[in-house]
Amino acid sequence: MMEPKIDMNDVYAPSEDIVAREIEGELIIVPIASGIGDLEDELYTLNPTGRLIWAKLDGKKDLRTIAAVMAAEHESSPGEIEEDVIGFVKELLIRRIVVRTGGK
Amino acid sequence: MAQPKEYARRTAAAGSVLWTHGQPRLARLEIELTERCNNSCIHCYINRPADDVAARARELSVAVLGRILAEAAELGCLTVRFTGGEPLLRPDFEEIYLIARKLGMRVALFTNAALVTPAIAGLLKRVPPGPKVEVSVYGMSEASSRKVTGIKGAFEASRRGLRLLLESAVPVVVKGTMLPPVKAEQEELAAWAGTLPGAEGRPSFSVLFDLHCRRDPKKSREILRLRLPPGEAARILADNAGFKEEIPDFLASFSEAPGPGLFSCGAGLKSACLDAYGTLYPCMLLRSPEAAYDVRRGTLRAALDGPFRLLRERTTARPEYLDRCGRCFLKGLCEQCPARSWIECGDLDSPVEYFCEVTHALAREVGILDPGKKSWESGGVGKARRTHRKRRS
Repeated sequence: MMEPKIDMNDVYAPSEDIVAREIEGELIIVPIASGIGDLEDELYTLNPTGRLIWAKLDGKKDLRTIAAVMAAEHESSPGEIEEDVIGFVKELLIRRIVVRTGGK
Repeated sequence: MAQPKEYARRTAAAGSVLWTHGQPRLARLEIELTERCNNSCIHCYINRPADDVAARARELSVAVLGRILAEAAELGCLTVRFTGGEPLLRPDFEEIYLIARKLGMRVALFTNAALVTPAIAGLLKRVPPGPKVEVSVYGMSEASSRKVTGIKGAFEASRRGLRLLLESAVPVVVKGTMLPPVKAEQEELAAWAGTLPGAEGRPSFSVLFDLHCRRDPKKSREILRLRLPPGEAARILADNAGFKEEIPDFLASFSEAPGPGLFSCGAGLKSACLDAYGTLYPCMLLRSPEAAYDVRRGTLRAALDGPFRLLRERTTARPEYLDRCGRCFLKGLCEQCPARSWIECGDLDSPVEYFCEVTHALAREVGILDPGKKSWESGGVGKARRTHRKRRS
């Protein structure tokens, strides 16, 4: 699969092919459509950075806004935050966990 | 070169360690969508006729099931099992199934596959259940299948359903039984199961049949006649892949005698079973009135925190239990539990002779109990621990 190009002006949201559940402090992503994951019975959890970005993927804010909000909330450099946002969205797009819902 | 960061960790749901902070209040809910079945199996502990109008009328509506499933999800339940009877007899199965999946629950589906239609296979392909669909196979021919299911054409119907699932690439696992009419077909079934896509090892076979879960004496007598002699049952269980190798380590972990406590499983603690009509029980088999909770008029949480918790704290003073099961180092191997005591004897703390005999035969079969010894005698414990130490060293 070709690696997707992520534009910071695009808007992303959780896919309807998954259900994200918060159980006992863990964010569990449960695929509910075929073809997500390599096995028939896989779940996903996110690392702490991923969870921060996930919480802001609301289908309204573009990635640039999300990165700016995160830069205001955290001490990491804007460059590092943008790298994480792009890396996260790219990974979850490949996994079909997020979808692009708008942008330029 | 630095590895790219991984933001999402993939994990196989079965057996995974998902919880770092705490455990969900309810890990698993089993739901009997109906007690009715298209088959009439000789060993079944629950089934009613498919056309039982009165039973159908009492079954929970989609709305009530949806409310219960939503509460289960709130309690952190990740897996719901739909069983029966035959769950696919419900005309609203798709609706119920989609509610559970859209709540983010994995659905363990137990079926005989005979009622699988192209639409059901398509649904399970489009919205996979998570765990493999578990298909009970009763025989390798029309004749033997009919002797178990009592239904003409059950064999072909089951095979047709299974084909539909496989053609839709729905992962399945088949299970057999060691019932008299089909026992001789065990190897044939295992060989055939091994040719199915995604087959992993030898299929499981039910060996120890439970009596009727609502203590129907006539049905229980019929099931009793189907049970294998304890020695034969033990030999079959001991022949299961890995059993003899794993048993020493298993006993090292679970060889403590339980004492007066009755519950050692998770029934009613992290899991529960909902019958077709709205009564919640700690497990499928424990349907004594004192274990029953009407969840139509209450909540899952109230059952877990109230009556189920109190039930699980129960201890016994019955000498017969304390002198045998209470001191038995093989308790972890034995199928006796409060549920089976209730089914077999009508109380929660009677030793169950059949399971006791099977367990002793099994312990002798794998060489951890001397002939003639009882596992609650100290000599029996010593032999098991010596054997274990020897094997480990």
